[in-house]
Amino acid sequence: MADYTASDLRKGLRVEADNIPYVITEFNFVKPGKGAAIYTCRLKSLLDGNTFVKNFRSNDVLKKPDLEEKIMRYSHNEGDDYIFMDENFEQFTLPGSVLADNRFFLFEDCEVHVLYHNARPVDVTLPTFVEKKILETDPGARGNTATNVLKPAKINGGFEIQVPLFINQGDIVKIDTRTGEYADRVSKK
Amino acid sequence: MPTACRKSRLNTRSPYLENARLQALQPVLAWRSRALHVLRDWFSSEGFIEVETPVRIPAPALEPHIDAESSGAGFLRTSPELHMKRLLAAGYPKIFQIGPCFRRGERGDRHNPEYTMLEWYRANADYLDILQDTETLISRLATHLPHPLPRAPWPRFTVEDLFMRHAGWNPVEAYDAGRFERDLVTRIEPTLPRDTPVFVMDYPAAAAALSRRKPGRETVAERFELYIAGLEIANAFSELTDPVEQRLRFERCAEDRRAAGHDVYPLDEAFLSALSAGMPPSGGIALGVDRLMMALLGKDSLDAVIPFRERV
Repeated sequence: MADYTASDLRKGLRVEADNIPYVITEFNFVKPGKGAAIYTCRLKSLLDGNTFVKNFRSNDVLKKPDLEEKIMRYSHNEGDDYIFMDENFEQFTLPGSVLADNRFFLFEDCEVHVLYHNARPVDVTLPTFVEKKILETDPGARGNTATNVLKPAKINGGFEIQVPLFINQGDIVKIDTRTGEYADRVSKK
Repeated sequence: MPTACRKSRLNTRSPYLENARLQALQPVLAWRSRALHVLRDWFSSEGFIEVETPVRIPAPALEPHIDAESSGAGFLRTSPELHMKRLLAAGYPKIFQIGPCFRRGERGDRHNPEYTMLEWYRANADYLDILQDTETLISRLATHLPHPLPRAPWPRFTVEDLFMRHAGWNPVEAYDAGRFERDLVTRIEPTLPRDTPVFVMDYPAAAAALSRRKPGRETVAERFELYIAGLEIANAFSELTDPVEQRLRFERCAEDRRAAGHDVYPLDEAFLSALSAGMPPSGGIALGVDRLMMALLGKDSLDAVIPFRERV
């Protein structure tokens, strides 16, 4: 697969180092005192989201990662295997470990973007907001509409999120899948 | 995958957004226009004449890491330096120029392939006279702009002192280009004060293609750089006037460029013959006007001071 040289670097480019695919989230270069360019990049791992800053010189070569994104819809799970289907009804199985907390946010027919690195699924992106029913929480304090005081609540699979005091068992809430946090109340029981 | 990666990079935007962007730039462009007036007024009061030299030229100055855009059978200038020195050689004592220069492949928050350069030269002067000019001119400019600068004189550091203190070696005595550039960016520049403009002076002779060596200290070039808010703003020399050494340096640079696989430009024989006929000892400086605006107006990208940065 073709490689990149430092002059190809730019924000948004995906590169590979030590077998880890990264996306460049910040990019700048300097030509110190009429010297050769030094490219300063912040690299964000596509696997775990960790970031770090790395300098490159003009003659450095970077590997182009073998990445592919597939769009598919969630069907069902069989234990820790999560079954998805693409638009041609071809079936894909992802292990729970790749989905991480996202597995609690899935719902039937939910559209996901699956990122493959070297043909191995490495990351799954859900819609930014999903709606989930609160299955278990302490009774709500009637009339308390404060949103800055939180209490634990469980959704399907026993996954715990923090919700405001006025949320009751049976309410439907909106969850931000990027952070796994409560975003809004959709409907009351 | 992060959503940011999925966004398409569109080059066109809606006319509504484009208008909003340009309208938001208006105060900055008004400051910029005012700054150009102040600059021209000062040069005029000092007895400089403004000159305009060609933008499309047959032979750009050979520098190890500056690439020219080709244009027709020639090139777009990377600096007006060589033509301005021909005017010095012809007896012009004080000249300045403000105009576009082009450097291929340089695009980022602090670089644009086309940018506005201010250069000025004084005959029978050296880099310290130019340093004095720079301090006076930029101090005066800042009084016309919204952000004040500390009162001059501003701190001066030699490359030798900075490297001995923060990098533990002396590039003036034993030059190593790769190490010099890396340490400059990672160890030296971060230590420079940001609340005042600073001058970094007396570079290794090997890192100054068109600069005179310091009399009595052959390893040091009479060169300084001005930094404001951590940004490299200007580069000045006591100009090299020796035609033999200048030809040698150009030829060596051409060889290095060829070996590194970069384009090699023809030698500017008209410039070299002007040096042979005799150029007075002179001091000169090249200052990036867009970056100066960025630094003086407290902006962190050229996008904030240049209205159009379309890719060509």
